[in-house]
Amino acid sequence: MRFEGTATYVATPDLKLAVNAAVTLQRPLLVKGEPGTGKTMLAEEVAAALGMPLLQWHIKSTTKAQQGLYEYDAVSRLRDSQLGEDKVRDIANYIVKGVLWQAFESEAPCVILIDEIDKADIEFPNDLLRELDRMEFYVYETRQLVRARHRPIVFITSNNEKELPDAFLRRCFFHYIKFPDRETMQKIVDVHYPGIKQALLKEALEVFFELRDIPGLKKKPSTSELIDWLKLLMAEDIPPEVLRSKDKKAAVPPLHGALLKNEQDVHLFERLVFMARQNR
Amino acid sequence: MLIDFFLHLKSRKLPVSTKEFLTLLEAMRERVAGHSIDEFYYLSRACLVKDETKYDKFDQAFGEYFKGVEAIPGLETDIPEEWLRAMMRKHLTPEEKAKLEKLGWDKLMEQFQKRMEEQKGRHQGGSKWIGTGGTSPYGNSGYHPEGIRVGGESAGNRTAVKVWAEREYRNLDDTVELGTRNIKVALRRLRKFAREGAEEELDLDGTIEGTARNAGWLDLRMRPERHNKVKVLMFYDIGGSMDDHIKVCEEMFSACKTEFKHLEHFYFHNCVYDYVWRDNRRRHGERFPLWDVMHKYGRDYKLILVGDATMSPYEILQPGGSVEYNNEEAGAVWLGRLLDAYPSAVWLNPEPERFWEYRHSIDIIRRIVGNRMFPLTIEGLERAMRQLNK
Repeated sequence: MRFEGTATYVATPDLKLAVNAAVTLQRPLLVKGEPGTGKTMLAEEVAAALGMPLLQWHIKSTTKAQQGLYEYDAVSRLRDSQLGEDKVRDIANYIVKGVLWQAFESEAPCVILIDEIDKADIEFPNDLLRELDRMEFYVYETRQLVRARHRPIVFITSNNEKELPDAFLRRCFFHYIKFPDRETMQKIVDVHYPGIKQALLKEALEVFFELRDIPGLKKKPSTSELIDWLKLLMAEDIPPEVLRSKDKKAAVPPLHGALLKNEQDVHLFERLVFMARQNR
Repeated sequence: MLIDFFLHLKSRKLPVSTKEFLTLLEAMRERVAGHSIDEFYYLSRACLVKDETKYDKFDQAFGEYFKGVEAIPGLETDIPEEWLRAMMRKHLTPEEKAKLEKLGWDKLMEQFQKRMEEQKGRHQGGSKWIGTGGTSPYGNSGYHPEGIRVGGESAGNRTAVKVWAEREYRNLDDTVELGTRNIKVALRRLRKFAREGAEEELDLDGTIEGTARNAGWLDLRMRPERHNKVKVLMFYDIGGSMDDHIKVCEEMFSACKTEFKHLEHFYFHNCVYDYVWRDNRRRHGERFPLWDVMHKYGRDYKLILVGDATMSPYEILQPGGSVEYNNEEAGAVWLGRLLDAYPSAVWLNPEPERFWEYRHSIDIIRRIVGNRMFPLTIEGLERAMRQLNK
């Protein structure tokens, strides 16, 4: 089993290697990177490429590690007990399986995505150490040990909002998706819009990377924003000549709202354009 | 195998552990990486480095260790060296080729590298994106001489050699960059949520659970509210030599404001004396005696002093040394009192750490605060927060 990128996802050699290391050694892969560089998509694409089902677990600030294993639904049991139902006697009826449990008992190996692990409480990763390491956990209510039939492939994404504990990091492979360079970007765009005119793409990428080079932007436009912007450019059928002008700085690119999402950034940009015009 | 490499990384202060090293060996045994050094670079990075701010350090250490090594020791090599030679021939002038025969391989490799650096300089200095096709030998298509394959698989167009030599991750190194968001992340180390105070909140989950466990008998449970119990008392040096550091202090200040609920701040000038103030515009009208401050805020407050500690030593050691007014007791006495009142304290200094030893006053203050002075960088902040958490 090797991951070589897919028809809809461009993976750089270092990313492929990290994924393959995680797949081969059956250890989790922690992925970090700027927002919009395709961290979440990676898990989906690997699952698709390897033909495995994908189980997703999106983390919020209130998520507890236990919820990934199982939850004891006490409220239903209380309600049932007052209705005098029979199944109330067996606690197993009220155990709700979490993502990890589902993955562990799955017949075929599968891919788990633990998305944005840094959103949760600081202790969250520590609570999952044993589960991710040994791929097993104990259900106290029913006194049963759940062990993975096949070790799942685990992808974990983080946006760096919290530092992850060392003990957790030691058990993972790590990859930082850096912002794609020009060639990789071209490949990414080709994959998404095969029909795009080469001339338009060339001009658009130039504008895009120039925009990213402006110092002081609060939020630099990312890959996903570029893809959206291209979609708009194509929908509006904007000719490449519009993007190309003799003095790059003096022209506001059309539909730049798709690239700059922050009011301050738009102001900054317009000010720069204005200054460039003055200097001409 | 590779133990020296591991120890080398360790000696370069990379936080690598034995477990991770064993993982790397396991991955090598499973043949995750091919035989090229590029793949080995990626693999070892994925195994051993868990923080992108350490990528740069790793690149440097890796470059040092594998300088001139084209293949991984222990694995039989395919032909990287010949491939390199072929590439060289492609890029070298006839004269240089003639030299190749004379000088031998190593010497030429150095020259080649120099040339590459030159080319890179020009490349960056001028038009950035134009001419990706040709200028850089490492840049683009045409990189592989036709017909020669490396390591059994075609390598990508960016090789790792370039990656670590270029040190692309330099600006992620945490000793340099400092923005509000980064500061916040660093300050989070100080967060300690705790339930304290009287029982005042209905614990709904606990109640339901308790009731269910009682098989229907209602069991009300209360719990105390959650607070971030860390209390912070900050003193900022303001004016004079601190003007150079206004931006970084502003960032620090705004980050602190949102991060702590119990945050009290005061200003001082150069060193703390009898009085401090809250609003710099009204500094002469509205002053708070330092004694009052120490009495008002308890010992559980954590004390953070921010200042460059750059002044005349008299301002610290002599009574009447203050540039503001005639102080009866020396600054050192006041600073000592403050430190006695708050056992958990740090001094953050926006001056770069390497200048500290050349300034007499910094040295004095550092001794007074008991070596708890940290630079105002992300890495320094983290060290400071760790100190405060002790």
